[in-house]
Amino acid sequence: MNPGRCAACRYLRRRCPPDCIFSPYFPPNDPQRFVSIHRIYGASNVAKLLQQLPSHLRTQAADSLYLEAQYRIEDPVYGCVGLISLLQQQIHEVERQLAMTQAEIAFRARHPQALESNSLNNVGNPSFSNQASSWFM
Amino acid sequence: MRSCSPCAACKLLRRRCAEDCIFAPYFPSQDPHRFAIVHKVFGASNELPVDQRGDAASSMVYEANARVRDPVYGCVGAISYLQNQVSQLQMQLTVAQTELLRIKMQQDSPSPPYLAPTNIFNNIDSQPEYLNFPSSTNVIQDPSLKTESIWT
Repeated sequence: MNPGRCAACRYLRRRCPPDCIFSPYFPPNDPQRFVSIHRIYGASNVAKLLQQLPSHLRTQAADSLYLEAQYRIEDPVYGCVGLISLLQQQIHEVERQLAMTQAEIAFRARHPQALESNSLNNVGNPSFSNQASSWFM
Repeated sequence: MRSCSPCAACKLLRRRCAEDCIFAPYFPSQDPHRFAIVHKVFGASNELPVDQRGDAASSMVYEANARVRDPVYGCVGAISYLQNQVSQLQMQLTVAQTELLRIKMQQDSPSPPYLAPTNIFNNIDSQPEYLNFPSSTNVIQDPSLKTESIWT
């Protein structure tokens, strides 16, 4: 039971009713949490979002809204979408490296004799990986 | 020269669409859903420099769509999924690179007979699983998330 108003009602300067939609998720000891969310989404939007959800999911929703609001405050242009874009790029790059490594493994597994007869200096040569992967394809 | 019809934002907000309306370049009247979804999730009053507004509008549309699809986690769910994918792929890459190094050292060695691959990790069989590109994950998500275009 809240001894006083929640952070949202304090910020909005209103009475905090017993069934306040915000109070379970915006305790008075963390005012910045509601300020961030209100700045990006607006109190009425947040209230509507939370009200549409079953009560057992509202904590996770409030946490994720806070995290997204923080990203948007730090990066007003891209918000958390900037991080998503970066992660997608990372995935593509690691997949590319993985494909090249696996191609070279397959090539070496099938042609150990050919590699022994070539100069061993080619093993570390970046062009070797391209050659191996193109042969494998 | 902009068309006389109010932009999607002003239509939804039921106000006159000024000549210099801040929303008009990014929320044309032909696509009312685009602003509707942004307005549903975000407020309508965040200000930005002009040259950044296009990308900001697109990223807000993306974020709002993610929140509508997943009202509990929104984009945070997508970030969690992608981070998990990155971790799994990096682990696979490390295993593959270790195996490649082992093969190289074996093939560069002048004398010993060919040895069967040894298991570096307990869960690797003699026919390495990573060659089949395992994609198991406990998170149920749209597989197009990995390549979904953000900028439409």
